[in-house]
Amino acid sequence: MEDLLKLGERSYRSRLIVGTGKYKDFAETQKAIELSGAEIVTVAVRRVNITDPNKENLLDYLDPKKYTILPNTAGCYNAEDAVRTCRLARAAGIGNMVKLEVIGDDQTLFPDMPATLEAAKILVQEGFVVLPYIADDPITAKKLQDIGCAAVMPLAAPIGSGLGIRNPYNIRIIMEQARVPVIVDAGVGTASDAAIAMEMGCDGVLMNTAIAGARDPILMAEAMRQAVEAGRKAYLAGRIPKKLYATASSPLDGMLA
Amino acid sequence: MAVEDTVFLIHVKICINGEAKEVADGLSIVRLLEELRIRPARVVIELNRDIVSREAQGSTVLKEGDALEIVQFVGGG
Repeated sequence: MEDLLKLGERSYRSRLIVGTGKYKDFAETQKAIELSGAEIVTVAVRRVNITDPNKENLLDYLDPKKYTILPNTAGCYNAEDAVRTCRLARAAGIGNMVKLEVIGDDQTLFPDMPATLEAAKILVQEGFVVLPYIADDPITAKKLQDIGCAAVMPLAAPIGSGLGIRNPYNIRIIMEQARVPVIVDAGVGTASDAAIAMEMGCDGVLMNTAIAGARDPILMAEAMRQAVEAGRKAYLAGRIPKKLYATASSPLDGMLA
Repeated sequence: MAVEDTVFLIHVKICINGEAKEVADGLSIVRLLEELRIRPARVVIELNRDIVSREAQGSTVLKEGDALEIVQFVGGG
């Protein structure tokens, strides 16, 4: 049976979700995303510069027929702004799945969890498929799941920090009680971080800076695809238990003399 | 026709993306986008906090004091 990531009504072969920010240009964005194998890409919603409307648009490089476009609410500091942003995004006609993030503080970019919960309730009622960015807080993760979010997306570490999974124990607790996919969102620094998240049993990983900020983003995109695939396979295969002492790999019988 | 070429017309003061602008009286959203050289298919329009669907943009005329938002998708994480 094919191993798929299910979000709302849709299923995906790739378990890597990538952002589209911070690339040198749209051509690099396009190439990196192609090599990442991602089927879902996040985007932000921003005002058009009306004095110099850029003729090129991100969607000219990322065909919404090929990719699921996942608008985010980055930069929103309250539920009202986040809901407004999601409604605008949906009006673009690219679907109803949104990455909800309500930021609580501009230095850590940690989420404001009560405001996230408030926005999620409204969005779920309005028929959005809501994927909320959350702290590694099992209690709020459960509440968000209970009100109908299609996934929960705990941070590994602060956005753009590259610190890797700072609290694997909380992520494990979130996974144990989850009936929806758990996607690690933010904080991944390199391929091993992504692999660790997947080996732990996370359903997916979402990242932007780890790829876009690498010296060679296109090569890192490929590394991340392989890391997520390897981590997933290792999880499904079931790792051996850790032991303090050795167990010989070669037979003990038939030794010379 | 650029916005500045229409000075002989009656103008209304509106706000576009937070900036004060004057546009010709009777201008529809579709015509405004043409003047600004913005492709309607790539943007979403909000007028006084209500989303204006693409179908309604041709018949929606801008009035004095309107607050318009023109947004698009950009790179983000």
